[in-house]
Amino acid sequence: MSALTGTRGLVRLALRRDRVRLPLWVLWLGLIPPSFVSATERLYPTAAEQLQYARTTGNSPTFLALYGPMHDPGLGGIVVQRAGLLSVVIALISALTVIRHTRTEEEAGRRELLGATGTGRAAPLAAALLVAMSACLVSGVLVAAGMIGQGMPAAGSVAFGLQLVIGGWAFAAVAGLAAQLTVGSAAARGLSLTVLGAAFLIRMAADAVDGLSWLGWASPLAWAQRLRPYAGERWWPLALAVAAVVALTWAAGRLAARRDLGAGMLPERLGPADAAPRLAGPFSLAWRLHRRTLYGWLAGFTALGAVYGGLAGGVQDMIGDNPGLREVFTRLGGASGLLDAYFASVMGIMGLIAAAYAVSAALRLRSEEAALHIEPLLATPAGRLRWAASHLTVAAAGSAALLAAGGLATALVHGLATDRLRADLPKVLGAAMAQLPAVWLIAAICVALFGLLPQLTTLSWSAVAAAGLVMAFGAGLDLSQPVRNLSPFTHVPQIGSADFTPAPLIALLVTAAALAALGLAGFRRRDLALG
Amino acid sequence: MNTPVTTPISVSGLTKSFGRTRALDGLDLTVQAGEVHGFLGPNGAGKSTTIRVLLGMLRADGGTAELLGGDPWRDATDLHRRLAYVPGDVTLWPELTGGEVIDLIGRMRGGIDPRRKAELLERFELDPRKKSRTYSKGNRQKVGLVTALASDAELLILDEPTSGLDPLMEEVFQDCVRRARRDGRTVLLSSHILSEVEALCDRVTIIRGGRTVESGTLDELRHLTRTSVDAVLDALPDGLAALPGVHDLRVEGNRVRCEVDTARLGEVLAGLSAAGVRTLTSRPPTLDELFLRHYQPEATR
Repeated sequence: MSALTGTRGLVRLALRRDRVRLPLWVLWLGLIPPSFVSATERLYPTAAEQLQYARTTGNSPTFLALYGPMHDPGLGGIVVQRAGLLSVVIALISALTVIRHTRTEEEAGRRELLGATGTGRAAPLAAALLVAMSACLVSGVLVAAGMIGQGMPAAGSVAFGLQLVIGGWAFAAVAGLAAQLTVGSAAARGLSLTVLGAAFLIRMAADAVDGLSWLGWASPLAWAQRLRPYAGERWWPLALAVAAVVALTWAAGRLAARRDLGAGMLPERLGPADAAPRLAGPFSLAWRLHRRTLYGWLAGFTALGAVYGGLAGGVQDMIGDNPGLREVFTRLGGASGLLDAYFASVMGIMGLIAAAYAVSAALRLRSEEAALHIEPLLATPAGRLRWAASHLTVAAAGSAALLAAGGLATALVHGLATDRLRADLPKVLGAAMAQLPAVWLIAAICVALFGLLPQLTTLSWSAVAAAGLVMAFGAGLDLSQPVRNLSPFTHVPQIGSADFTPAPLIALLVTAAALAALGLAGFRRRDLALG
Repeated sequence: MNTPVTTPISVSGLTKSFGRTRALDGLDLTVQAGEVHGFLGPNGAGKSTTIRVLLGMLRADGGTAELLGGDPWRDATDLHRRLAYVPGDVTLWPELTGGEVIDLIGRMRGGIDPRRKAELLERFELDPRKKSRTYSKGNRQKVGLVTALASDAELLILDEPTSGLDPLMEEVFQDCVRRARRDGRTVLLSSHILSEVEALCDRVTIIRGGRTVESGTLDELRHLTRTSVDAVLDALPDGLAALPGVHDLRVEGNRVRCEVDTARLGEVLAGLSAAGVRTLTSRPPTLDELFLRHYQPEATR
C-alpha cells in the first residue's frame, strides 16, 4: 500500500462535503475581477481620465501598500491593482480549506475512522491539496476567460488569472506543511495566517517604500504581482512560485508519511498548571476567552482607520474632478462638505463592521451554552445574569474600543498629513463613536433572541446583513425611507453638521437597553438549552 | 454557615416535559445527609434531567424539589456555594489548561485548597499543564472530578462521573468517594457501573421512564426480588409449583431448581425440608439481575 492509496476517494469525500461552499468561492473569486472592467470604465471613461487616476490615486502610497503596484496606467492596470487584495483572499480561503480537510478531520477523530480502511498516510494531505489547488486553478481560468471576454488582451488576462492561482497555491502548500507541523487545527491555522500576514506585510513594504522593492522576492504575494499583467508580461516569477509549491508540498508529504496520527513536529506548548490569581470568575474568564480575538480586531480597525485616514487627503482630488463619484459620495454621506461626508460614510462602514464584532462576541453566550461550557459555571454561585453580563460587557466595551481605535487611527493619519490634527481629531473621533448606539442596538437584538428564542440566536447576523444592505444599496436602489429607517445606522446623525441633535442617539440607546433587558429577563426565566 | 439539613435532596412527584416528550413523570428521590446515594436508570430515564432541575438549570413543570433546604430554582446561587457538580460530559474551554479550569471553578465556588488539588492530580495521574483540547474523554472527566473532590462542598452531585475512566482510576475514584463519606459529605451518584454502585452506595433509587421504580438499601431491594434455589431432595414434594412465590420451576429427577420471591423464601425452604434435603444452594440475586429486571421494557419482563 503506498502512502497515497485512497486519495481519489478522499477527493470525492471533500468535494461532497464542500459541494456548496467550494463552487461559491470559486465563482465569486472568478467573477469579481472581470466585473471591475466595466465599473472602472464607467467611472473613468477616457484614457486620459484613467491615466490621471493611475498617476494620482493609483500611485498614492496607501493604494500601493494596500493593493500593490500600478504597472500599467491604463484600464488593465487599474483593474489588476483593484483586484490586488483578492490574492490575499484566495490565499486565505485555500489555506483554510486545506486545514479543514487535514488537521480538523484528524482532530475530530474522523481521520482515524478512515485510517482503519485502506487509506495511505499522505492521502488526506494529497486530497486536500488537490481539491484546494484545483479550485484555485478554476478561479484563475474564470478570471482569464472573463477578462478576455471583456475584450482585454489575452496574454495579460492569462497572467492576471495566474496571479490568483499563485496566491492560492502557495498558501495551500503552506497550510499543508503547517498542518503536519502543529498539533491541532487552531495552531495550524494560526501558523498559516502568520505566514500569510508576514507575506502581506513584506509585499506592502516592498511596494510602498522606495528602495525596498527587492524585499518582494521574499513574498509569494509579490511574485504573483511581478507577472506584470497587461504591462509587458514577465513569466519567470511563475517558475519561482511553482518551485516553492513543489518544495513545500514535498516536505509536507514527507512529514505526513512519517509522523504519528494526531502528532505534530512542533511540540504542543504546555500551559500553566495553576490559573493566574485574577482568573477567578465569569468576567475574568470572558476576558480570557475573548481577548485574543479582540486584539486581532483592534489591529484590523487600526489598519483600516490608517487606510481611511490616508485616503482622506486624496478624496477631494479624486472626487473633485469626477462628477460620478461626487454624486456617489454625497448620496452615501451627508450633504455638507465633501470631507465630512467622506468621514461620515467611512465611519458608517466601521460601525457596521463593529456591529459584526459585537454580534460575534454576543453570540458567544449561545455557543457557550450549546457547548455545555455553561454547565459547570452555573453550578457555582455565579448567577445567570452575572455570567451573561460578562460576555456582553466584552461585546459592548470591545466594540467601543474598536470604533475608538479606528477613529483615532483615521484622525491621526489624516491629521498628521494635513497639520489639522487638533481640529479634525474631535470631529473624526466623534463621528466614529456616534456609531456606538447603533452598534449596541444590533448586539441587543442578539441578546433578545438569545433570551427568548435561543435556538435562533444566530439569526442576529441577518440584522447585520440588513443594515449592510441598506448602507450599501440604500441610496443606489432608491429604497424608500421607511425601509432605510429599519437600519439603526440610518439614524446616526452626522457630527459637526448644522442640524446635529443627540436625540436619535438617545433613542437608539434606549431601544438597545430595552431589547437587552428583555433578552436577559427571558434568559433568567427559561430552561438552559443545552446542546 | 447554614444549619445542616437531614435530607439534602428531597424530590417528590417531579414532572418535566420538553415539547411533547415527557422526561420526568412524577419522580421521587430522597437523599439522606451523609449517605452515598446511587441514582440508576437506563439511558433517557431522566437522571440528567433530574440533576439539572436540582441545579436550577431547568425549571420543573410540577411536583416539589428541595435542595439543601432551599428551592433549587429560586435560591440557585446561594445553594451552589454548598455543592459541587461533575457533569456527565465534561466539556472544557480548549484554550485553557486543565489546571486553570480546576482553579477557576474552584475559586468561583469560594476557594480551592492547593494541597488537596495537588494530591488529587497525582492520584488521578492528570497533567494539569496540557491544553484542554488535547485531553481525552477520560482526562476531561478527571478534570471535573478533581474540581469537585478538591472542594469542601457538603453535597457532591456526580452524573456518571467515571465514564471513560480505566479500572485503576475507577479504584481511585471509589476511594475518594469513601473518603468524602467519612468526612460527612453527602453524595448523589448517578451511574451505570453496577459494581461501582454496589461498592459505594448506601441506598439506591432506580428510575425508568421518568418515574421512580425502586428505592431503598441494596438489601431491601434484593429482598423485593428473587433468590435462586438449587436443591437435590429425597423425594419430590407435591404441589411445589403451586406454592406462592415459586417461579421458573425446573425438575430433573430429584433435582429442583427455581426462582423464589425472597420474601417467601422461608415458606418454600420449609416445604423443601419436609421432603428431605440432600444438598441445597441458594444465591441472592446479583445487582445485574436486579437492574435487568427493572431496565427491561414492560413487555419483556
